[in-house]
Amino acid sequence: MDDIAAWFRWLHQTSGIKLTIFYDSYDRSRFLEGFATTLKLSAYCLILSLLLGAFTAWLCGSKIAAVRRAANGFVQLFRNTPPLVQLYFFYFALGPLLPKVGGMPLLGSLGWAVISLTLLEAAFAAEIFRAGIEAVPRAMIEAAESLGYSRAQVFRLVVLPLALRVTMPAMTNNLVNLVKTTTLAYAIAVPELLYMSAQIWSEQVNVPEMMVVLLISYVAIVGIINQVMQWLEARLRVPGFGQ
Amino acid sequence: MSDAGLDAPIVPIVRIVDVHKSFGAVEVLRGISLAVNRGEAVCVIGPSGSGKSTLLRCINGLIPVDRGEVFVGAHAVHKLRADQEMIALRKDVSIVFQQYNLFPHKTALENIMMAPIQVLKQSKEEVEARAHELLKKVRLAGKENSYPGELSGGQQQRVAIARALAMRPSVMLFDEVTAALDPETRKEVLVTIRQLVEEGMTSILVTHEMAFAREIAHNVYFTDHGVIVEEGTPAQLFGSPQKERTRAFLEQVL
Ligand SMILES: Nc1ncnc2c1ncn2[C@@H]1O[C@H](COP(=O)(O)OP(=O)(O)O)[C@@H](O)[C@H]1O
Ligand SMILES: [Mg+2]
Repeated sequence: MDDIAAWFRWLHQTSGIKLTIFYDSYDRSRFLEGFATTLKLSAYCLILSLLLGAFTAWLCGSKIAAVRRAANGFVQLFRNTPPLVQLYFFYFALGPLLPKVGGMPLLGSLGWAVISLTLLEAAFAAEIFRAGIEAVPRAMIEAAESLGYSRAQVFRLVVLPLALRVTMPAMTNNLVNLVKTTTLAYAIAVPELLYMSAQIWSEQVNVPEMMVVLLISYVAIVGIINQVMQWLEARLRVPGFGQ
Repeated sequence: MSDAGLDAPIVPIVRIVDVHKSFGAVEVLRGISLAVNRGEAVCVIGPSGSGKSTLLRCINGLIPVDRGEVFVGAHAVHKLRADQEMIALRKDVSIVFQQYNLFPHKTALENIMMAPIQVLKQSKEEVEARAHELLKKVRLAGKENSYPGELSGGQQQRVAIARALAMRPSVMLFDEVTAALDPETRKEVLVTIRQLVEEGMTSILVTHEMAFAREIAHNVYFTDHGVIVEEGTPAQLFGSPQKERTRAFLEQVL
Protein backbone atom coordinates (compact mmCIF):
# COMPACT_ATOMS: atom_id res chain seq x y z
CA MET A 1 0.00 0.00 0.00
CA ASP A 2 2.69 2.44 1.06
CA ASP A 3 4.74 1.55 -1.98
CA ILE A 4 1.82 2.28 -4.26
CA ALA A 5 1.17 5.61 -2.56
CA ALA A 6 4.84 6.50 -2.84
CA TRP A 7 4.88 5.57 -6.51
CA PHE A 8 1.87 7.75 -7.34
CA ARG A 9 3.34 10.63 -5.34
CA TRP A 10 6.54 10.23 -7.35
CA LEU A 11 4.46 10.06 -10.58
CA HIS A 12 2.85 13.37 -9.69
CA GLN A 13 6.19 15.02 -8.95
CA THR A 14 7.91 13.81 -12.08
CA SER A 15 5.08 13.93 -14.66
CA GLY A 16 2.36 16.13 -13.18
CA ILE A 17 -0.19 13.28 -13.36
CA LYS A 18 -2.15 13.88 -10.19
CA LEU A 19 -3.92 10.79 -8.81
CA THR A 20 -4.48 11.90 -5.24
CA ILE A 21 -6.86 9.04 -4.53
CA PHE A 22 -3.81 6.76 -4.29
CA TYR A 23 -1.84 8.76 -1.74
CA ASP A 24 -4.15 11.27 -0.09
CA SER A 25 -6.10 9.37 2.56
CA TYR A 26 -8.99 11.84 2.56
CA ASP A 27 -9.41 11.64 -1.23
CA ARG A 28 -9.03 7.89 -1.13
CA SER A 29 -11.77 7.46 1.46
CA ARG A 30 -14.05 9.81 -0.50
CA PHE A 31 -13.43 7.86 -3.67
CA LEU A 32 -14.01 4.51 -2.00
CA GLU A 33 -17.19 5.82 -0.40
CA GLY A 34 -18.40 6.85 -3.86
CA PHE A 35 -17.49 3.48 -5.25
CA ALA A 36 -19.32 1.69 -2.44
CA THR A 37 -22.39 3.91 -2.87
CA THR A 38 -22.52 3.17 -6.59
CA LEU A 39 -22.33 -0.56 -5.86
CA LYS A 40 -24.97 -0.28 -3.16
CA LEU A 41 -27.28 1.77 -5.35
CA SER A 42 -26.82 -0.66 -8.24
CA ALA A 43 -27.39 -3.70 -6.06
CA TYR A 44 -30.57 -2.34 -4.46
CA CYS A 45 -32.00 -1.25 -7.80
CA LEU A 46 -30.97 -4.50 -9.44
CA ILE A 47 -32.75 -6.73 -6.94
CA LEU A 48 -35.81 -4.55 -6.52
CA SER A 49 -36.22 -3.89 -10.24
CA LEU A 50 -36.01 -7.60 -11.07
CA LEU A 51 -38.71 -8.40 -8.52
CA LEU A 52 -40.90 -5.48 -9.52
CA GLY A 53 -40.27 -6.14 -13.21
CA ALA A 54 -41.31 -9.80 -12.90
CA PHE A 55 -44.39 -8.78 -10.92
CA THR A 56 -45.30 -6.14 -13.51
CA ALA A 57 -44.84 -8.63 -16.34
CA TRP A 58 -47.17 -10.95 -14.46
CA LEU A 59 -49.74 -8.18 -14.09
CA CYS A 60 -49.44 -7.44 -17.82
CA GLY A 61 -50.86 -10.91 -18.39
CA SER A 62 -53.72 -10.47 -15.91
CA LYS A 63 -57.24 -11.51 -16.77
CA ILE A 64 -58.54 -8.18 -15.50
CA ALA A 65 -58.31 -5.50 -18.16
CA ALA A 66 -57.88 -2.64 -15.67
CA VAL A 67 -54.89 -4.36 -14.07
CA ARG A 68 -53.35 -5.00 -17.48
CA ARG A 69 -53.83 -1.39 -18.48
CA ALA A 70 -52.35 -0.07 -15.24
CA ALA A 71 -49.29 -2.31 -15.60
CA ASN A 72 -48.85 -1.26 -19.22
CA GLY A 73 -49.30 2.38 -18.31
CA PHE A 74 -46.57 2.12 -15.71
CA VAL A 75 -44.19 0.54 -18.22
CA GLN A 76 -44.95 3.13 -20.92
CA LEU A 77 -44.67 6.08 -18.53
CA PHE A 78 -41.23 5.12 -17.28
CA ARG A 79 -39.88 4.04 -20.64
CA ASN A 80 -41.02 7.16 -22.43
CA THR A 81 -39.96 9.93 -20.09
CA PRO A 82 -36.40 11.13 -19.47
CA PRO A 83 -34.81 9.35 -16.49
CA LEU A 84 -33.41 12.61 -15.16
CA VAL A 85 -36.86 14.17 -15.15
CA GLN A 86 -38.18 11.14 -13.28
CA LEU A 87 -35.46 11.47 -10.69
CA TYR A 88 -36.11 15.20 -10.24
CA PHE A 89 -39.82 14.51 -10.00
CA PHE A 90 -39.34 12.07 -7.14
CA TYR A 91 -36.76 14.13 -5.30
CA PHE A 92 -38.10 17.64 -5.77
CA ALA A 93 -41.85 17.06 -6.28
CA LEU A 94 -42.58 14.07 -4.06
CA GLY A 95 -39.71 14.45 -1.59
CA PRO A 96 -41.03 17.57 0.17
CA LEU A 97 -44.45 15.93 0.58
CA LEU A 98 -43.07 13.24 2.87
CA PRO A 99 -43.40 13.86 6.61
CA LYS A 100 -40.20 14.66 8.47
CA VAL A 101 -38.99 12.53 11.34
CA GLY A 102 -37.17 14.57 13.99
CA GLY A 103 -36.45 17.34 11.52
CA MET A 104 -34.88 14.88 9.07
CA PRO A 105 -36.56 13.90 5.81
CA LEU A 106 -37.91 10.36 5.88
CA LEU A 107 -36.05 9.51 2.70
CA GLY A 108 -32.66 10.88 1.75
CA SER A 109 -31.39 11.43 -1.78
CA LEU A 110 -30.07 7.86 -1.90
CA GLY A 111 -33.50 6.51 -0.99
CA TRP A 112 -35.14 8.55 -3.75
CA ALA A 113 -32.53 7.48 -6.24
CA VAL A 114 -33.20 3.83 -5.37
CA ILE A 115 -36.94 4.33 -5.87
CA SER A 116 -36.65 6.29 -9.07
CA LEU A 117 -34.07 4.05 -10.74
CA THR A 118 -35.84 0.91 -9.57
CA LEU A 119 -39.06 1.99 -11.21
CA LEU A 120 -37.25 2.91 -14.41
CA GLU A 121 -35.35 -0.36 -14.59
CA ALA A 122 -38.42 -2.35 -13.55
CA ALA A 123 -40.25 -0.93 -16.56
CA PHE A 124 -37.47 -2.15 -18.85
CA ALA A 125 -37.19 -5.46 -17.03
CA ALA A 126 -40.95 -5.95 -17.34
CA GLU A 127 -40.73 -5.56 -21.12
CA ILE A 128 -37.88 -8.05 -21.27
CA PHE A 129 -39.69 -10.52 -19.02
CA ARG A 130 -42.83 -10.10 -21.05
CA ALA A 131 -40.99 -11.05 -24.23
CA GLY A 132 -39.50 -14.00 -22.35
CA ILE A 133 -42.89 -15.06 -21.05
CA GLU A 134 -44.33 -14.91 -24.55
CA ALA A 135 -41.52 -17.19 -25.67
CA VAL A 136 -42.64 -19.91 -23.23
CA PRO A 137 -44.65 -22.41 -25.28
CA ARG A 138 -48.36 -22.37 -24.56
CA ALA A 139 -48.20 -26.18 -24.33
CA MET A 140 -45.88 -25.93 -21.32
CA ILE A 141 -48.42 -23.82 -19.48
CA GLU A 142 -51.19 -26.25 -20.40
CA ALA A 143 -49.10 -29.11 -19.04
CA ALA A 144 -48.64 -27.30 -15.74
CA GLU A 145 -52.29 -26.33 -15.53
CA SER A 146 -53.42 -29.86 -16.19
CA LEU A 147 -51.24 -31.04 -13.30
CA GLY A 148 -53.32 -28.85 -11.01
CA TYR A 149 -50.90 -25.96 -10.56
CA SER A 150 -52.49 -22.73 -9.45
CA ARG A 151 -52.05 -19.66 -11.62
CA ALA A 152 -49.29 -18.38 -9.34
CA GLN A 153 -47.54 -21.76 -9.32
CA VAL A 154 -47.61 -21.98 -13.10
CA PHE A 155 -45.91 -18.60 -13.21
CA ARG A 156 -43.39 -19.20 -10.44
CA LEU A 157 -42.43 -22.79 -11.23
CA VAL A 158 -42.67 -22.98 -15.01
CA VAL A 159 -43.09 -19.69 -16.83
CA LEU A 160 -40.60 -17.59 -14.88
CA PRO A 161 -37.73 -20.11 -14.82
CA LEU A 162 -38.08 -20.66 -18.58
CA ALA A 163 -38.56 -16.97 -19.37
CA LEU A 164 -35.51 -16.15 -17.26
CA ARG A 165 -33.35 -18.37 -19.42
CA VAL A 166 -34.62 -16.83 -22.62
CA THR A 167 -34.11 -13.32 -21.32
CA MET A 168 -30.58 -13.68 -19.96
CA PRO A 169 -28.79 -11.78 -22.76
CA ALA A 170 -31.28 -8.90 -22.78
CA MET A 171 -31.24 -8.81 -18.99
CA THR A 172 -27.45 -8.49 -18.96
CA ASN A 173 -27.76 -5.43 -21.18
CA ASN A 174 -30.36 -4.04 -18.86
CA LEU A 175 -28.18 -4.46 -15.78
CA VAL A 176 -25.28 -2.77 -17.52
CA ASN A 177 -27.62 0.08 -18.35
CA LEU A 178 -28.69 0.25 -14.74
CA VAL A 179 -25.12 0.70 -13.55
CA LYS A 180 -24.55 3.44 -16.12
CA THR A 181 -27.79 5.15 -15.15
CA THR A 182 -26.80 5.33 -11.47
CA THR A 183 -24.59 8.26 -12.45
CA LEU A 184 -27.79 10.30 -12.81
CA ALA A 185 -28.05 10.24 -9.02
CA TYR A 186 -25.24 12.82 -9.21
CA ALA A 187 -27.95 15.34 -10.02
CA ILE A 188 -29.57 15.00 -6.61
CA ALA A 189 -26.25 14.86 -4.74
CA VAL A 190 -26.19 11.15 -3.97
CA PRO A 191 -22.58 10.56 -2.91
CA GLU A 192 -21.96 7.99 -5.64
CA LEU A 193 -18.86 7.49 -7.71
CA LEU A 194 -19.34 10.37 -10.14
CA TYR A 195 -20.38 12.82 -7.44
CA MET A 196 -17.45 12.01 -5.19
CA SER A 197 -15.04 12.12 -8.10
CA ALA A 198 -16.37 15.55 -9.04
CA GLN A 199 -15.67 16.76 -5.51
CA ILE A 200 -12.16 15.46 -5.75
CA TRP A 201 -11.39 16.99 -9.15
CA SER A 202 -12.85 20.36 -8.26
CA GLU A 203 -10.53 20.59 -5.24
CA GLN A 204 -7.46 18.97 -6.76
CA VAL A 205 -7.97 20.31 -10.26
CA ASN A 206 -7.16 16.91 -11.79
CA VAL A 207 -10.11 16.55 -14.13
CA PRO A 208 -8.48 14.45 -16.88
CA GLU A 209 -6.95 12.05 -14.38
CA MET A 210 -10.25 11.54 -12.54
CA MET A 211 -12.08 11.05 -15.83
CA VAL A 212 -9.75 8.21 -16.71
CA VAL A 213 -10.19 6.73 -13.24
CA LEU A 214 -13.99 6.99 -13.59
CA LEU A 215 -14.05 5.30 -16.96
CA ILE A 216 -11.83 2.48 -15.75
CA SER A 217 -14.01 2.07 -12.65
CA TYR A 218 -17.16 1.67 -14.68
CA VAL A 219 -15.47 -0.67 -17.13
CA ALA A 220 -14.51 -2.79 -14.12
CA ILE A 221 -18.01 -2.85 -12.64
CA VAL A 222 -19.64 -3.63 -15.98
CA GLY A 223 -16.98 -6.25 -16.68
CA ILE A 224 -17.79 -8.00 -13.43
CA ILE A 225 -21.51 -7.93 -14.21
CA ASN A 226 -20.86 -9.44 -17.63
CA GLN A 227 -18.73 -12.17 -16.08
CA VAL A 228 -21.30 -12.99 -13.42
CA MET A 229 -24.13 -13.06 -15.94
CA GLN A 230 -22.16 -15.30 -18.27
CA TRP A 231 -21.48 -17.65 -15.41
CA LEU A 232 -25.14 -17.60 -14.44
CA GLU A 233 -26.23 -18.22 -18.01
CA ALA A 234 -23.95 -21.24 -18.19
CA ARG A 235 -25.24 -22.50 -14.82
CA LEU A 236 -28.87 -22.16 -15.87
CA ARG A 237 -28.39 -23.66 -19.30
CA VAL A 238 -30.36 -26.89 -19.70
CA PRO A 239 -29.88 -29.37 -22.52
CA GLY A 240 -32.25 -28.86 -25.38
CA PHE A 241 -33.76 -25.57 -24.31
CA GLY A 242 -33.08 -22.14 -25.77
CA GLN A 243 -29.89 -20.89 -27.45
CA MET B 1 -59.15 -48.27 -8.17
CA SER B 2 -61.49 -50.78 -9.83
CA ASP B 3 -62.15 -52.94 -6.81
CA ALA B 4 -65.89 -52.33 -6.60
CA GLY B 5 -67.84 -55.50 -5.86
CA LEU B 6 -69.26 -57.49 -8.73
CA ASP B 7 -72.77 -56.47 -7.81
CA ALA B 8 -71.99 -52.78 -7.62
CA PRO B 9 -73.93 -50.86 -10.25
CA ILE B 10 -71.68 -49.65 -13.03
CA VAL B 11 -71.70 -45.89 -12.93
CA PRO B 12 -69.71 -44.14 -15.62
CA ILE B 13 -66.83 -42.21 -14.08
CA VAL B 14 -66.68 -39.95 -17.13
CA ARG B 15 -69.93 -38.88 -18.71
CA ILE B 16 -70.15 -36.38 -21.52
CA VAL B 17 -73.56 -35.26 -22.69
CA ASP B 18 -74.21 -33.32 -25.89
CA VAL B 19 -71.09 -31.17 -25.69
CA HIS B 20 -70.70 -28.27 -28.10
CA LYS B 21 -67.66 -26.09 -28.56
CA SER B 22 -66.84 -23.41 -31.11
CA PHE B 23 -63.67 -21.49 -31.77
CA GLY B 24 -64.91 -18.26 -33.27
CA ALA B 25 -67.27 -19.17 -36.06
CA VAL B 26 -66.00 -22.74 -36.33
CA GLU B 27 -68.02 -25.31 -34.42
CA VAL B 28 -65.45 -27.94 -33.50
CA LEU B 29 -67.60 -30.13 -31.23
CA ARG B 30 -71.18 -30.47 -32.40
CA GLY B 31 -72.96 -32.50 -29.76
CA ILE B 32 -70.66 -35.19 -28.44
CA SER B 33 -71.88 -37.76 -25.92
CA LEU B 34 -69.72 -40.44 -24.42
CA ALA B 35 -69.46 -42.49 -21.24
CA VAL B 36 -66.57 -44.37 -19.69
CA ASN B 37 -66.93 -46.81 -16.85
CA ARG B 38 -64.44 -47.11 -14.07
CA GLY B 39 -61.55 -49.30 -15.07
CA GLU B 40 -62.33 -49.20 -18.75
CA ALA B 41 -60.30 -47.93 -21.66
CA VAL B 42 -62.01 -46.05 -24.42
CA CYS B 43 -60.39 -45.14 -27.69
CA VAL B 44 -61.41 -42.16 -29.79
CA ILE B 45 -60.41 -42.37 -33.43
CA GLY B 46 -61.06 -40.10 -36.38
CA PRO B 47 -59.42 -37.91 -38.98
CA SER B 48 -57.29 -35.02 -37.80
CA GLY B 49 -59.18 -31.82 -37.21
CA SER B 50 -62.28 -33.70 -36.10
CA GLY B 51 -62.07 -32.27 -32.58
CA LYS B 52 -60.48 -35.12 -30.65
CA SER B 53 -57.92 -33.02 -28.80
CA THR B 54 -60.55 -30.41 -28.06
CA LEU B 55 -62.76 -33.10 -26.56
CA LEU B 56 -59.99 -34.31 -24.22
CA ARG B 57 -59.25 -30.74 -23.15
CA CYS B 58 -62.89 -30.24 -22.29
CA ILE B 59 -62.72 -33.24 -19.95
CA ASN B 60 -59.99 -31.79 -17.74
CA GLY B 61 -61.25 -28.24 -18.03
CA LEU B 62 -58.41 -26.83 -20.15
CA ILE B 63 -61.13 -25.67 -22.53
CA PRO B 64 -64.57 -24.58 -21.27
CA VAL B 65 -67.51 -26.09 -23.15
CA ASP B 66 -70.13 -23.85 -24.75
CA ARG B 67 -73.03 -26.19 -24.20
CA GLY B 68 -73.63 -29.65 -22.76
CA GLU B 69 -72.42 -31.42 -19.67
CA VAL B 70 -69.15 -33.03 -18.64
CA PHE B 71 -69.02 -35.11 -15.49
CA VAL B 72 -65.86 -36.67 -14.09
CA GLY B 73 -66.57 -38.54 -10.87
CA ALA B 74 -68.11 -35.96 -8.59
CA HIS B 75 -66.98 -32.99 -10.68
CA ALA B 76 -69.46 -31.22 -12.95
CA VAL B 77 -66.73 -29.85 -15.19
CA HIS B 78 -69.04 -27.64 -17.27
CA LYS B 79 -70.02 -25.75 -14.11
CA LEU B 80 -66.59 -25.21 -12.62
CA ARG B 81 -65.66 -21.56 -12.31
CA ALA B 82 -63.44 -21.13 -9.27
CA ASP B 83 -59.74 -21.90 -9.67
CA GLN B 84 -59.86 -24.13 -6.60
CA GLU B 85 -62.57 -26.35 -8.10
CA MET B 86 -60.60 -26.62 -11.31
CA ILE B 87 -57.50 -27.66 -9.40
CA ALA B 88 -59.53 -30.32 -7.55
CA LEU B 89 -60.67 -31.71 -10.91
CA ARG B 90 -57.13 -31.83 -12.25
CA LYS B 91 -55.97 -33.81 -9.26
CA ASP B 92 -58.37 -36.51 -10.49
CA VAL B 93 -57.67 -36.37 -14.21
CA SER B 94 -54.22 -36.50 -15.76
CA ILE B 95 -53.43 -35.89 -19.40
CA VAL B 96 -50.50 -36.95 -21.55
CA PHE B 97 -49.86 -34.87 -24.64
CA GLN B 98 -48.61 -35.67 -28.10
CA GLN B 99 -45.55 -33.46 -27.63
CA TYR B 100 -44.79 -34.76 -24.07
CA ASN B 101 -44.54 -31.19 -22.72
CA LEU B 102 -42.06 -32.05 -19.99
CA PHE B 103 -40.59 -29.09 -18.16
CA PRO B 104 -37.20 -28.69 -19.87
CA HIS B 105 -35.49 -27.11 -16.86
CA LYS B 106 -36.26 -30.03 -14.57
CA THR B 107 -34.76 -33.53 -14.58
CA ALA B 108 -36.94 -36.57 -15.22
CA LEU B 109 -37.25 -37.18 -11.48
CA GLU B 110 -38.06 -33.54 -10.73
CA ASN B 111 -40.68 -33.48 -13.48
CA ILE B 112 -42.43 -36.36 -11.74
CA MET B 113 -42.01 -34.98 -8.23
CA MET B 114 -43.05 -31.38 -8.73
CA ALA B 115 -46.83 -31.65 -8.83
CA PRO B 116 -47.25 -34.13 -5.95
CA ILE B 117 -45.12 -31.85 -3.78
CA GLN B 118 -46.51 -28.51 -4.93
CA VAL B 119 -50.12 -29.43 -5.62
CA LEU B 120 -50.86 -32.46 -3.46
CA LYS B 121 -48.56 -31.20 -0.68
CA GLN B 122 -47.14 -34.65 -0.10
CA SER B 123 -43.85 -35.08 1.73
CA LYS B 124 -40.70 -35.00 -0.35
CA GLU B 125 -39.45 -38.39 0.86
CA GLU B 126 -42.71 -40.10 0.03
CA VAL B 127 -42.90 -38.45 -3.38
CA GLU B 128 -39.31 -39.22 -4.23
CA ALA B 129 -39.70 -42.90 -3.36
CA ARG B 130 -42.78 -43.08 -5.56
CA ALA B 131 -41.11 -41.20 -8.40
CA HIS B 132 -38.33 -43.80 -8.44
CA GLU B 133 -40.96 -46.54 -8.49
CA LEU B 134 -42.79 -44.88 -11.37
CA LEU B 135 -39.62 -44.48 -13.39
CA LYS B 136 -39.00 -48.17 -12.87
CA LYS B 137 -42.56 -48.90 -13.95
CA VAL B 138 -42.07 -47.05 -17.25
CA ARG B 139 -38.69 -48.79 -17.54
CA LEU B 140 -36.56 -45.69 -17.18
CA ALA B 141 -34.68 -46.51 -13.99
CA GLY B 142 -31.29 -44.82 -14.24
CA LYS B 143 -32.62 -41.78 -16.11
CA GLU B 144 -33.62 -39.93 -12.93
CA ASN B 145 -31.17 -37.10 -13.44
CA SER B 146 -31.47 -36.70 -17.19
CA TYR B 147 -33.03 -33.55 -18.55
CA PRO B 148 -35.82 -33.96 -21.11
CA GLY B 149 -33.45 -32.61 -23.76
CA GLU B 150 -31.17 -35.59 -23.12
CA LEU B 151 -33.92 -38.18 -23.60
CA SER B 152 -35.39 -39.65 -26.78
CA GLY B 153 -38.99 -38.88 -27.68
CA GLY B 154 -40.17 -42.25 -26.43
CA GLN B 155 -38.31 -41.82 -23.17
CA GLN B 156 -39.72 -38.33 -22.70
CA GLN B 157 -43.21 -39.62 -23.32
CA ARG B 158 -42.77 -42.32 -20.70
CA VAL B 159 -41.55 -39.73 -18.21
CA ALA B 160 -44.66 -37.73 -19.07
CA ILE B 161 -46.80 -40.79 -18.33
CA ALA B 162 -44.99 -41.29 -15.03
CA ARG B 163 -45.52 -37.61 -14.23
CA ALA B 164 -49.23 -37.99 -14.87
CA LEU B 165 -49.43 -41.17 -12.79
CA ALA B 166 -47.66 -39.53 -9.86
CA MET B 167 -50.85 -37.58 -9.23
CA ARG B 168 -52.67 -40.91 -8.66
CA PRO B 169 -55.46 -39.83 -11.01
CA SER B 170 -58.79 -41.65 -11.35
CA VAL B 171 -58.78 -41.04 -15.09
CA MET B 172 -55.98 -40.77 -17.62
CA LEU B 173 -56.32 -38.95 -20.92
CA PHE B 174 -53.90 -39.73 -23.74
CA ASP B 175 -53.81 -37.40 -26.73
CA GLU B 176 -52.09 -39.15 -29.64
CA VAL B 177 -49.16 -39.87 -27.39
CA THR B 178 -47.31 -41.91 -30.01
CA ALA B 179 -47.96 -39.69 -33.02
CA ALA B 180 -44.64 -37.83 -32.70
CA LEU B 181 -42.57 -40.98 -32.22
CA ASP B 182 -40.73 -43.27 -34.57
CA PRO B 183 -41.99 -46.86 -34.83
CA GLU B 184 -39.51 -48.42 -32.39
CA THR B 185 -39.99 -45.96 -29.56
CA ARG B 186 -43.71 -46.00 -30.22
CA LYS B 187 -43.80 -49.59 -29.06
CA GLU B 188 -42.15 -48.81 -25.70
CA VAL B 189 -44.86 -46.28 -25.00
CA LEU B 190 -47.69 -48.54 -26.11
CA VAL B 191 -46.40 -51.32 -23.86
CA THR B 192 -46.49 -48.94 -20.92
CA ILE B 193 -50.03 -47.84 -21.68
CA ARG B 194 -51.26 -51.38 -22.21
CA GLN B 195 -49.91 -52.30 -18.80
CA LEU B 196 -51.80 -49.41 -17.22
CA VAL B 197 -55.03 -50.38 -18.90
CA GLU B 198 -54.59 -53.98 -17.79
CA GLU B 199 -54.15 -52.74 -14.23
CA GLY B 200 -57.55 -51.12 -14.52
CA MET B 201 -56.63 -47.48 -15.03
CA THR B 202 -59.64 -45.70 -16.51
CA SER B 203 -58.32 -44.24 -19.75
CA ILE B 204 -59.51 -42.24 -22.69
CA LEU B 205 -57.13 -42.55 -25.59
CA VAL B 206 -57.15 -40.51 -28.73
CA THR B 207 -55.09 -42.57 -31.10
CA HIS B 208 -54.18 -43.40 -34.66
CA GLU B 209 -52.88 -46.82 -33.60
CA MET B 210 -55.79 -48.91 -34.85
CA ALA B 211 -54.25 -52.26 -33.97
CA PHE B 212 -53.59 -51.01 -30.47
CA ALA B 213 -57.09 -49.63 -30.06
CA ARG B 214 -58.56 -52.89 -31.24
CA GLU B 215 -56.49 -54.79 -28.73
CA ILE B 216 -57.00 -52.77 -25.55
CA ALA B 217 -60.21 -50.77 -25.88
CA HIS B 218 -63.49 -51.71 -24.25
CA ASN B 219 -65.18 -49.24 -26.53
CA VAL B 220 -64.17 -47.33 -29.61
CA TYR B 221 -65.68 -44.06 -30.79
CA PHE B 222 -65.24 -42.84 -34.33
CA THR B 223 -65.50 -39.06 -34.59
CA ASP B 224 -65.66 -36.87 -37.64
CA HIS B 225 -66.38 -33.16 -37.91
CA GLY B 226 -67.24 -32.79 -34.26
CA VAL B 227 -69.76 -35.61 -33.96
CA ILE B 228 -69.56 -39.24 -32.99
CA VAL B 229 -70.37 -41.09 -36.16
CA GLU B 230 -70.28 -44.54 -34.69
CA GLU B 231 -69.37 -46.32 -31.48
CA GLY B 232 -69.05 -49.91 -30.42
CA THR B 233 -66.77 -52.60 -29.17
CA PRO B 234 -63.56 -52.97 -31.14
CA ALA B 235 -64.97 -56.12 -32.75
CA GLN B 236 -68.07 -54.26 -33.92
CA LEU B 237 -66.41 -51.06 -35.02
CA PHE B 238 -63.38 -52.56 -36.73
CA GLY B 239 -65.04 -55.84 -37.73
CA SER B 240 -68.34 -54.67 -39.14
CA PRO B 241 -68.63 -50.90 -39.24
CA GLN B 242 -72.22 -49.81 -39.89
CA LYS B 243 -71.63 -46.34 -41.31
CA GLU B 244 -70.17 -45.50 -44.67
CA ARG B 245 -67.93 -42.78 -43.18
CA THR B 246 -66.47 -45.21 -40.69
CA ARG B 247 -65.76 -47.71 -43.43
CA ALA B 248 -64.11 -45.09 -45.58
CA PHE B 249 -61.92 -43.90 -42.71
CA LEU B 250 -60.88 -47.39 -41.70
CA GLU B 251 -60.08 -48.33 -45.28
CA GLN B 252 -57.82 -45.34 -45.48
CA VAL B 253 -55.88 -45.99 -42.26
CA LEU B 254 -55.73 -49.77 -42.08
N1 LIG C 1 -57.51 -22.93 -29.43
C1 LIG C 1 -58.04 -23.01 -30.66
N2 LIG C 1 -58.45 -21.89 -31.32
C2 LIG C 1 -58.98 -21.96 -32.54
N3 LIG C 1 -59.17 -23.10 -33.22
C3 LIG C 1 -58.81 -24.25 -32.64
C4 LIG C 1 -58.22 -24.27 -31.33
N4 LIG C 1 -57.97 -25.55 -31.02
C5 LIG C 1 -58.37 -26.29 -32.06
N5 LIG C 1 -58.89 -25.52 -33.04
C6 LIG C 1 -59.44 -26.01 -34.31
O1 LIG C 1 -60.40 -26.96 -34.01
C7 LIG C 1 -60.38 -28.02 -34.93
C8 LIG C 1 -60.24 -29.33 -34.19
O2 LIG C 1 -58.98 -29.38 -33.58
P1 LIG C 1 -58.49 -30.59 -32.68
O3 LIG C 1 -59.42 -30.75 -31.54
O4 LIG C 1 -57.07 -30.36 -32.37
O5 LIG C 1 -58.65 -31.82 -33.68
P2 LIG C 1 -57.94 -33.22 -33.66
O6 LIG C 1 -57.27 -33.39 -32.34
O7 LIG C 1 -59.05 -34.19 -33.89
O8 LIG C 1 -56.98 -33.22 -34.79
C9 LIG C 1 -59.23 -27.74 -35.88
O9 LIG C 1 -59.76 -27.21 -37.04
C10 LIG C 1 -58.41 -26.72 -35.15
O10 LIG C 1 -57.81 -25.85 -36.06
MG1 LIG D 1 -55.27 -33.65 -31.87
